[in-house]
This record gives sequence, structure tokens and C-alpha cells, in this order.
Amino acid sequence: MIDLSYAIVLGVLLFAVGLYGALRSSNAVRVLMCIELMLNAVNILLVAFARLNPAGAVAGQVFAIFVMAVAAAEAAVGLAIVLQIVRQRGVAEIDKFTLLKG
Amino acid sequence: MFILEHIWIVPALPLASWLVITFFNRRLGPRAAHVGTAAVLTSLLLSVAAFIALVARGGEPVTTGGRWLTLGSVTLDMGLVVDNLAAVMLLVVSIVSSAVHIYSMGYMHGDRRYQRFFGTLSLFTSAMLLLVLADNYLLLLIAWEVMGLCSYLLIGHWFEEDWPRMASMKAFMTTRVGDVAMLIGIFLLYTNAGTFNIAAITKAAAGGALAPTVVTAGALLLFGGAVGKSAQFPLHVWLPDAMAGPTPVSALIHAATMVAAGVYLVARSFGIFVASGDALFVVALIGGFTALFAATIATLQTDFKKVLAYSTVSQLGYMMLGLGVGGYVAGTFHLVTHAFFKALLFLTAGSVSHALGTLEIHRMGGLAGKMRVTFWTFLAGALALAGIPPLAGFWSKDEILVAAWGSGWTVLFWMAVATAFLTAYYMTRLTVLVFFGRPRDHHAYEHAHESPRVMTGPLVALTVLAVLGGLPGSPWAGHWLGHFLDFGRSLPGLEAATGHVHGVFAHGVELASHAAGAAHAAGPVLPIALGAALLGILVGYLVYGTRLVRRERVIRALRPIYLLLKNKYYVDELYSAVFVRPAVGLAELCGLFDNVVVDGAVNGVAWATREMAFSAGEFDNVVVDGAVNGVASGTVAAGRALRRAHTGNVRSYMVALYAGAAASLAVLVWLLI
Repeated sequence: MIDLSYAIVLGVLLFAVGLYGALRSSNAVRVLMCIELMLNAVNILLVAFARLNPAGAVAGQVFAIFVMAVAAAEAAVGLAIVLQIVRQRGVAEIDKFTLLKG
Repeated sequence: MFILEHIWIVPALPLASWLVITFFNRRLGPRAAHVGTAAVLTSLLLSVAAFIALVARGGEPVTTGGRWLTLGSVTLDMGLVVDNLAAVMLLVVSIVSSAVHIYSMGYMHGDRRYQRFFGTLSLFTSAMLLLVLADNYLLLLIAWEVMGLCSYLLIGHWFEEDWPRMASMKAFMTTRVGDVAMLIGIFLLYTNAGTFNIAAITKAAAGGALAPTVVTAGALLLFGGAVGKSAQFPLHVWLPDAMAGPTPVSALIHAATMVAAGVYLVARSFGIFVASGDALFVVALIGGFTALFAATIATLQTDFKKVLAYSTVSQLGYMMLGLGVGGYVAGTFHLVTHAFFKALLFLTAGSVSHALGTLEIHRMGGLAGKMRVTFWTFLAGALALAGIPPLAGFWSKDEILVAAWGSGWTVLFWMAVATAFLTAYYMTRLTVLVFFGRPRDHHAYEHAHESPRVMTGPLVALTVLAVLGGLPGSPWAGHWLGHFLDFGRSLPGLEAATGHVHGVFAHGVELASHAAGAAHAAGPVLPIALGAALLGILVGYLVYGTRLVRRERVIRALRPIYLLLKNKYYVDELYSAVFVRPAVGLAELCGLFDNVVVDGAVNGVAWATREMAFSAGEFDNVVVDGAVNGVASGTVAAGRALRRAHTGNVRSYMVALYAGAAASLAVLVWLLI
């Protein structure tokens, strides 16, 4: 039986790695990948905490599956946008893409 | 017979002509006259056909029409009836109207409102034809008022000048007084008898179904309309002034047809008048008085048309007198003959004024040689009016005198004789002053010429009727017209009516139903009538044709009477003082009230509104606009400040997002622990 704290440490570390990567990298694809990391960190925590639920309810696991589905959709849309940006500008650097500057 | 079943065509044709002339005014141009004349001539032919058809079926009336509208329990019927009276009137109206239409083509030539003139003339003819055909008082009233309108329009044909404009107004207003009475009378009869149908009301009145007071009041109110339209005293004042209109209009409307409509109304409602002897008595009194009254005024008028106008008033009074004493046939017969010769006289007056450019008889004289056709036709008309046998006027006048004699009212009879004398006198005066003697205005005389054929043609045609028109009613024709018009047949229920007479003319009414035979019963009337006419001509000739009687001396001797007659009994002055001036004063008072109080109130409200609007506007400008602009500029300033946060850099957004989330979490945790 693995202690819950291991799972929490893993989830938090994974999330911190994802957040760091998302904020540091300038490549749009890498940002997307880091976002996936963060989502998966959340998934681990959801599943881990789900074990605390006394009646053996599956809400935590189901929620993790939902997050995966949404993450897949998000990745598809995000990659499509990145593809368009690359086609139009020839670069994938998000710092050079400030169309919405006020 | 087709025409009797479709008698509506007769008034419809001139109506159609009016519509065509009105709508194609510009395109038609002077051809409008041809449209109008063609329509009226066709109506004349159809009227003749209808007359013959009716004679052929023995005078049996033909009624056409049907339900007009239903309002709940009230139903209104509209119908036309061709009976002996209507058939005769149709002939008279269409003949005179045709003559006047043709004559007007010459007389009105070059007038600036030529088309309008013919259009209105057509409308008038249509209304008059409809009036004589109406079988109910509602339709009759409609036609009656349309005629009044046409009269107004045609008197005021030259409305640029003051005189015609004011005369048209006077005519309209004065007749309106009578029309109001007539309207009330019609409604009174309707509410009591439950129908507008003339024959039905007559039957109800004669059969005793209506209360005697209702019958008398209804008859007198109807007579009020007739007094206005037929210019009887005291509403006679409009007719002489109506001479301001074009002369053909005077001939058609103010001599032959419209003014006779009042007489026709009394004749058409005769059964109602008979059922109330008192009403008949009033008719006789008013008629007799008007006849004498107007004849005396006519003796001193110096305007050609005004002499004829007063003569018309007088002769209409004569017809009323004839009807009033129970002489139904006599009154209608005189209406017919008078229409012919008075239209003729007016048209000759037009011919003279066309040639001379004036109607002042003291500037005429000696025209007999210059205007031969006009002179001879005028002479025929004048003799017919004066009552010289065998011309038309003699026979009808004689009938009236016989009826007056037979009624037993000696005063009325002698009034009628005096009128006959005066008529002959003033016609002789007119004839002598216009056509004989030396010309008094040489300039005008030199320019005088005979009128064109289109004008003399109708004169000759009417002369034939003025000469021969009385023969169908004369003893030589066995009183054929009298038998044809015979009252009893045209109004069923007379036998019952004569039984109900509670007035003073039972004898006269009895005479009326035997009018044809009456002439034989009244021996002394014929010599008296003839004597009065001849005496009138003789006196007239002595005064104006010779120097035997010095006019100046007579005038000086009879100065009060002369002034009274010359000023037309001061009736106009009296009305001016009693009605016109108080009305104008009241109007001025109301005007003052309007100007000061009403206008003051209105202007005050306007001023207050304006002031309020100004202050409201100020509030709008300062407070409302200020608030709106403040919000707008605040929004702009906020936007300007906040735009800096929008770098467009995704990573900075992300930092903000996670920093925010972390901060929120921290606050949450801090709050929970």
C-alpha cells in the first residue's frame, strides 16, 4: 500500500514542472505539452484523493476521465491554432505573437 | 313601356354630362357645351316619349325603385314615379333647359368659366328632373338642395365682382331659412306617418290617420320651404338680387324651373294641404299678397331683369294663390305656361343686354327696328304674360281667377285682378321703354345688333310655346290638360280627403276636382280678366307711350307711395336692421371674445409651454447630457488605463492567471486555518 503522501508529492512535483515549463518556454508546442503535464498532475491527485472516499465511490476516477477527454480536445484545438500561426508567420514563438495587444 | 320603367335615364343623362364635363374639363374645352346640350336634348326626347307613353296608358302612374337601406327597424325606400304631374313637369323642365343650353352657347361664348357654367347647368337640370320624379320627400329634398347649390354657384358665376358674390350668398342664406322649416316638416310627417313616401303620407293625411294638428303643422312647414324657394313674401328678397347671375341662368333657374319647384312642392303635397284647410288658406293668403306686393314693386324698377324678377315673384304668388284657393289644375297650368313665357322674356333680356351691354331700361329705346327677332319674340312673351288671348298666359291666368272666384273669397279674387292689371301695366311700360320711342343712349344704340342665330333660335322656339302653350288647357281643346292633370287621379284618396276638409275651402276643393268644367260656371270672370289686362296696357301706353300723363307730376303728387315702391317697401332695409346688423354685431362680439379671451388663453398656454420647454431643454443639456457624457468619458478613461494590462503576450497572461490562482488559494487557506 503506497502512502497517500507519495501520490501528493508526485502530483505537486509534476504540476510544478508543468507550470515552470509553461511559463518559461517560448515555443507554443512546448507550452501545450506543459499544460498537458499540469492536467495529468491534477489527474493523479484526483485519483489519489478518490481513495479517501469511504463508500468506494468513483467520482474522482470519472472526473479524471473527463479531464482526459477535455485535455484531448484542448490539445487538438491548441495544435490547430499553433499550426495556423506557423503557417502564417513561419514561427512558433508565442512571444512574437501579440495580436491582442491593447 | 320601356321609358316609363326606366325613367331614371332622364335625370341620369344630364348628371353624366356634369361628371364628364367636370372630369374632362380641360380636354373638352368649349366642346363641353355640346356634351351638356346633347345630354339635355336626349332627356327632352325621352321626356316627350314618356309623356306620350303616359297619355297612351291613360295617365296611370308608373312607380319604379325599391329599398334603399335598412337601419334596424327603420327602412328607407327610394323610388321614382311618373304620373301626370311629373310627366308634364318633365316636359317643361327639359324644354326650357334645352332652350337655355343652346342659347348659352351664344350668350356665354368666350366666358372664362365656360365649361364650369355648362357643367353646373347640367347638374341643375339633372336635379330638377329628379325632383319632379321623386316619389318620396327624402329624394325630393336631396334634389331640392342640389338645385339650391347650383343656384348659388350660378348666381355667383362671376364671383370676381362684389355684386354676384353677395347675391349668391343672400340667395343661399334666404332660401336656407325656408329649407330648415321644410326639413322639420318632412321629419314631422315622417315620425307621424312612418314613411317618406308622398302618396302614402297623403293617404294617411286624407284618411284621418294623422292628427289634424300634425297635418296642418306639416303642411305649413313644407310650405315654408316653398316660400323660400319660390321667393314668396317674406322670403322674396333673394330673387331680385339673384339677377346678378348670367341671364340664361335667370331664365332657367330663377324664372322657369327652380323657383317653380316651391309651387310644384305644394302641388305634389296638395292632398296634405287639402286635408288641412287652414294650411291651404295660408297658401292662398301668402300667394295673393305676394302677387300684388311684387307687382307694385315691378312697376318702378328700372333694370330690365329686375322688372322681370319682381314679375316672377308676383306670378309665383299667383300660382300659390291658385293652389291655395283649391285650383290645383289652375296653379300647375300657370306654372307650365309661365315657365315658357318667362324663360322667353329673360332670354330676350339677355339678347338685349348682349347687344347693348346694359340692362338699364332708361338707356334703351327704339330697339324694335334694330333687333327684329328679339322684339317680336319679346312682344309675344309680354302679351302672354299680360294675359291677352289666345296666348298661353291668358288661359292659365283665367283658370286661377275662376278658382279664386269660385272659392268665395272676394278679397283674394280682387287682389288677383289688381295683379293682372299691374302685370299688363308694367309689361307695357317695359315694352315701350325698351323697344319704342327714340333711343336715349345713342352710343349704345349705334352698336346694337341682332343676336346670333344660336340665341334667336331658342327665342323663336319658346315663342311658339308662349303662343300655343296654353291651348291644351283651353276650352278650345276641351280643357284636355285639366282632365289630364285631374287631381283626383294623380293622388289617390282625394275623395276621402274632401270629406275631411275642416277649413274654409271645401267649395274650392270641390271646384278643383272639377276644374275642367269650372270655366263654364264663372261667367263674369272672363270679361273682368280681359278688362283688367287691356286696361293695364292702355294705362301703361298713356303714361309711357304718349305725353298725355306727365310722369313728374304724378310722382310729385304721390311722393310717399312712390318712395315706398321705389325702395321695395323697405323690406331689405328692415331685414338689414332686424337680422343682418344684429347678426353682424353678435359676430363682432364673438370675434372680440375670440380675440381677447380664447386667443389669450391659447397664447398663454403656448407661452407657458414654450417656457417649460426651454427649462426642460436646459435640464436636458446640463444634467442628462452631463450624466451621459460623464459616463462616456469615465469609460474612455478607464479603458485607456486598463489597456496597458493587455500586452498580447500569452505568457504574461499565464503568469497573471497562475499568480491570481495561487493568491486566491493562499487567501482561501489563510481564511480556513
